[in-house]
Amino acid sequence: MKRRNFLTLSAGAAAGAALAACGNEGPGGSESGGGGSASYWSLSGEPGEPYRKAAIDRFNKANPDSKITPTFFQNDAYKQKIKTALGANQAPTLIWGWGGGGLKSYVEAGQVEDLTGLFGDAALKGKLLPGSFGAATVNGKIYAMPVETVQPIVLYYNKKIFDQVGVSAPQTYGDILDLIPKFNAKGIAPFSLAGQSRWTNMMWLEFMLDRNAGSEVFDNVFAGKPGSWSDPAVLDMLTKVQDLVKMNAFQKGFASTAADTNADQALLYTGKAAMMVHGSWSYGIQKAQGGKFVPDGGLGWMNFPPIDGGKGDPSNTVGNPGQYLSISSKATAADKETAKKFFSTTLVDEEEKAGWVKSGGVPVLANSDSLYTGDDAQFQKDMSAIAAGAKTFAQSWDQALSPTAAEVLLDNIAKLFQLQVSPQQWVDNMNGVIGK
Amino acid sequence: MTTLAPPVVRGQEPTRSRGGRSDSVLVWMVLPAFVMFVFFGIVPLLGVVLLSFATWNGITPTIELTGLTSWKAALTNPGLPNALWVTFLIMALSWLVQTPLSILLGTFMARQSRYRGFLAVFYFIPLLLSSAAIAITYKSLLDPNFGLGAGLGIDALNQDWLGQANLAIATLIFVVSWQFIPFHSLIYQGAVRQIPQSMYEAAQIDGAGRVRQFFNITLPQIKYTIITSSTLMVVGSLTFFDLIWVLTAGGPGDATRALAVQMYQLGFQASLMGPASAIAVILVLVGIGLSLLLRRIGGRADQSQMEGA
Repeated sequence: MKRRNFLTLSAGAAAGAALAACGNEGPGGSESGGGGSASYWSLSGEPGEPYRKAAIDRFNKANPDSKITPTFFQNDAYKQKIKTALGANQAPTLIWGWGGGGLKSYVEAGQVEDLTGLFGDAALKGKLLPGSFGAATVNGKIYAMPVETVQPIVLYYNKKIFDQVGVSAPQTYGDILDLIPKFNAKGIAPFSLAGQSRWTNMMWLEFMLDRNAGSEVFDNVFAGKPGSWSDPAVLDMLTKVQDLVKMNAFQKGFASTAADTNADQALLYTGKAAMMVHGSWSYGIQKAQGGKFVPDGGLGWMNFPPIDGGKGDPSNTVGNPGQYLSISSKATAADKETAKKFFSTTLVDEEEKAGWVKSGGVPVLANSDSLYTGDDAQFQKDMSAIAAGAKTFAQSWDQALSPTAAEVLLDNIAKLFQLQVSPQQWVDNMNGVIGK
Repeated sequence: MTTLAPPVVRGQEPTRSRGGRSDSVLVWMVLPAFVMFVFFGIVPLLGVVLLSFATWNGITPTIELTGLTSWKAALTNPGLPNALWVTFLIMALSWLVQTPLSILLGTFMARQSRYRGFLAVFYFIPLLLSSAAIAITYKSLLDPNFGLGAGLGIDALNQDWLGQANLAIATLIFVVSWQFIPFHSLIYQGAVRQIPQSMYEAAQIDGAGRVRQFFNITLPQIKYTIITSSTLMVVGSLTFFDLIWVLTAGGPGDATRALAVQMYQLGFQASLMGPASAIAVILVLVGIGLSLLLRRIGGRADQSQMEGA
């Protein structure tokens, strides 16, 4: 071989190897012969990761022929990572997600397996809370298994601060409006809000809209009916939100507070803020980071109170009806079988249920109530009651909508809280992306 | 601003190679870098240009070519004028703040003396830190509830630095300058040290003071370095993303949403890869245009700077 050819070849091989190394982050290449070897991607961090790992360990022990290999990512990083992996055909066998609009986009791209057959087994389906399947269903077919915990969003308050100021927990939205100047007068922020993260502001709108106008408005938006945001109750609700901003209901600099660093949680447990609207997962964070705050009974919680004259049912709630696991349609038949076996055995066993209860959450697995006996029992019972008693358990808007519409929504919500758009402009902007 | 071209060094022309033999060796030596550049620079760039004429949500297996649809969507996006304005504002302000300070610091450090060398070590510390680390640190320090102002009880420091539109831009410029002034000072230090000492001696004999020497000798002599440094600043400011993303995520509202942030949000959050690629192409074109313009302003490169030396 001539020297020149040899060099060309080796240069080509080096470049090829470099490129292959780039693509190798996806686990698609780790196929081994024989039994299935499914890969699994999910979120890292407390409180979920240890129980996710435990389930996989249990499955691998019980099924020596097949193996599930987990990889964990940070929340925001995962959202981008999984999309990129799906687009590059490097998706894991088991895709963890939030259901709703994101799942719908996977279904439309033909990336996830139809699981309607698997859940045709009533015994299996009966082990999960029926309300959790809504966000897993696209066009009448089930594309994901509800897993882990039900997470309603609630109103938290710092009982110590309430005692100190000499006020009692609000029963109505009117009470909240009365409380705001009282806390401000003492130099305590009435509400903690991580405004930079945007979805945090969205939680406020979700409740304000529901309590003012009922759940129909967003149902119409979700169904893609043109002009759905033009309901007068929406304008009224947006005006109320801007009034809150104008009365300094949120801490100083809320627009630059980010939820990723839990600065919003810290404001509540350090007593710099009196109240906070947040998901049920916040309890675990307050408990882990707040020192004696939660064990000493400092944290109070309730469903968001009714708004005087509002049409919404006060039992309604919003949040994550569950987390969701889908199976990649690109996986091999053996891997798919492994994944399905994981779904129908390990993920519905008693240890799974006990694990999520121990994490401080309310499992999506039915009949968990008898397990609430530990330190967190009262919180779990209340969350379970809110989830089960809700006339409507709406899915978080940004998860329910398509990614494109969700981005416009979050953008406009951030501008609404900055008083950068008027309620009418907000309605016009949002009507423009209905059904997109 | 990670890829930094070397400053203009007006050295000798490379000696001409003597024949075909050493030429072919040179070709082989260039090849690895060339291959990397083609695969990781040119190929993705062509991919982005192609994507800007397509519609893709990032996850479907097929990418549809749809002509100018994505360009129309990107150019009619109501956020575009604001993103362009923010990008321009950051570019202009960061140049205005960084250039004079870098020249002064560079001139100061160019003189050899022990205490200057000691101080220089501290000036260069920001160069060692990554943008993300700098952004996280400043974000914590500037937090109105848990930051420096609240911790030390100094009210003047306790502003809503990142939560108000104008303050957020100003804070961003401050952090950018804090990060990059050391780098540009280093370039100017090198340039000032190359000025022949005889020029200053002659000026001293003519009775020129320090200030006069600075304006009449130092500044004209580092003209080309100013052009290089400005090109790096201006083109680099187009790509600020990590710093903005961690500090403000484009907020409050859209006050700090520069083009690069807008591109990321469109592509990876709204799943509109076509319009995001169109913005990327705009960024590339603006970057090339600006560096060509600055080169032209710099004048002909073969002009002598050594008149009178």
